[in-house]
Amino acid sequence: MKIKETILEFIKANLIISQNEEMLSDNDNIFELGFVNSLFAMKLLNYLESEFKIVVEPEDMDISNFSTLTNIEAFVKNKL
Amino acid sequence: MEKEFKCIVWDLDNTLWDGTLLENDNLELKEGIREIIIELDSRGILHSIASKNSYEDAMKKLKELNIEQYFVYPQITWDAKSYGIAEIQKELNIAMDTIIFIDDQPFELEEVKSVHPDVTCINACEYINLFVHPRLNPRFITEDSRRRRLMYMEDIKRKEAESCYRGPQEKFLASLDMKFIISEAKEEDLKRAEELTIRTNQLNSTGKTYSYEELEAFRKSQEHKIYVCELTDKYGSYGKIGLALVETREESWLLKLLLMSCRVMSRGVGTILLSYIMKQAKQEGKKLLADFRLTGRNKMMHVTYVFANFKEISNDGEGNIVFENNLSMIQDFPQYIDVQIC
Repeated sequence: MKIKETILEFIKANLIISQNEEMLSDNDNIFELGFVNSLFAMKLLNYLESEFKIVVEPEDMDISNFSTLTNIEAFVKNKL
Repeated sequence: MEKEFKCIVWDLDNTLWDGTLLENDNLELKEGIREIIIELDSRGILHSIASKNSYEDAMKKLKELNIEQYFVYPQITWDAKSYGIAEIQKELNIAMDTIIFIDDQPFELEEVKSVHPDVTCINACEYINLFVHPRLNPRFITEDSRRRRLMYMEDIKRKEAESCYRGPQEKFLASLDMKFIISEAKEEDLKRAEELTIRTNQLNSTGKTYSYEELEAFRKSQEHKIYVCELTDKYGSYGKIGLALVETREESWLLKLLLMSCRVMSRGVGTILLSYIMKQAKQEGKKLLADFRLTGRNKMMHVTYVFANFKEISNDGEGNIVFENNLSMIQDFPQYIDVQIC
């Protein structure tokens, strides 16, 4: 599976998406879709680290790396 | 200050009682054990068990002795005790260095020590000293410490309900009837507030502890606000589980401390308190700054800030960070929880 599809599956399974926003486009801001709590944030980082064998360093901790599917994909590719 | 112990894991044969269960039907608790267990329980110290026995037989005996209600997540199996302690640590979500393991067999003490070097291992012959151990004597006994075991028992029911639940997580969370109550700290909250700063490591933005006296000074100060939060659901109250300390300045608010008990980690409520403070700062027309320190244990709190759109404005390279939030993006409270401000 492609990186983006893998991440999308993860988000759909783990984020509580409000208002039946079934469609998540590549550039949708994840934070506007549902309530992004600390638990989801932590799960997402742990998932990226284990799925793609990368390490998210303290200096990577910026919301722009994680705000859309496109950005997460770019972040992961840059780390690989 | 050395951290307080949170849990004592007891062996049974020749530790909690004289003799071995397999060979003897007339076992008696060792002298003073009941008093020790009840006293430490009332101080908010949890008790558990790691024993190589038949689970049914051992629990039956504990019931006969009328003491079984004091133990959470007892591990009575034929597996290595280090394994049982790992289970207890995971279920309670506490750090290994806050656990005492007590056993009469040097082999068992060494086995646990070799796998979990941070666990404090004590020979059973020293049990009487537990009464006066400084790390088992919290400075304040709060309502929350008195109720701690009961709150963990309620948690066991929640976990069972959650593991049986099939369907979207939001529906499950909504089924809990959660209420999250945010209020400005009153004097009677401050003992618990001190206790929270001492006991909380994972969801803690700086790891700094504050004494009752310091907190009382902040509470009286015109330039500070202290918020405390309580979480309740249909199973009961989690108690006072969150704390925030804000310094209110001319142009900005400085969030000096934000913490949440690890017992509510799976409820994602830290973000709610953070959202509330962001809303308040915005309403006052202030910028919001936040002190943060990477302690090696609080990655989840770091993630919480970053995902709430806090940006680093300074970092000394030793883990001390100052964040700023322009308050352009504030998440609404989630629908599955009733947030009350009082």
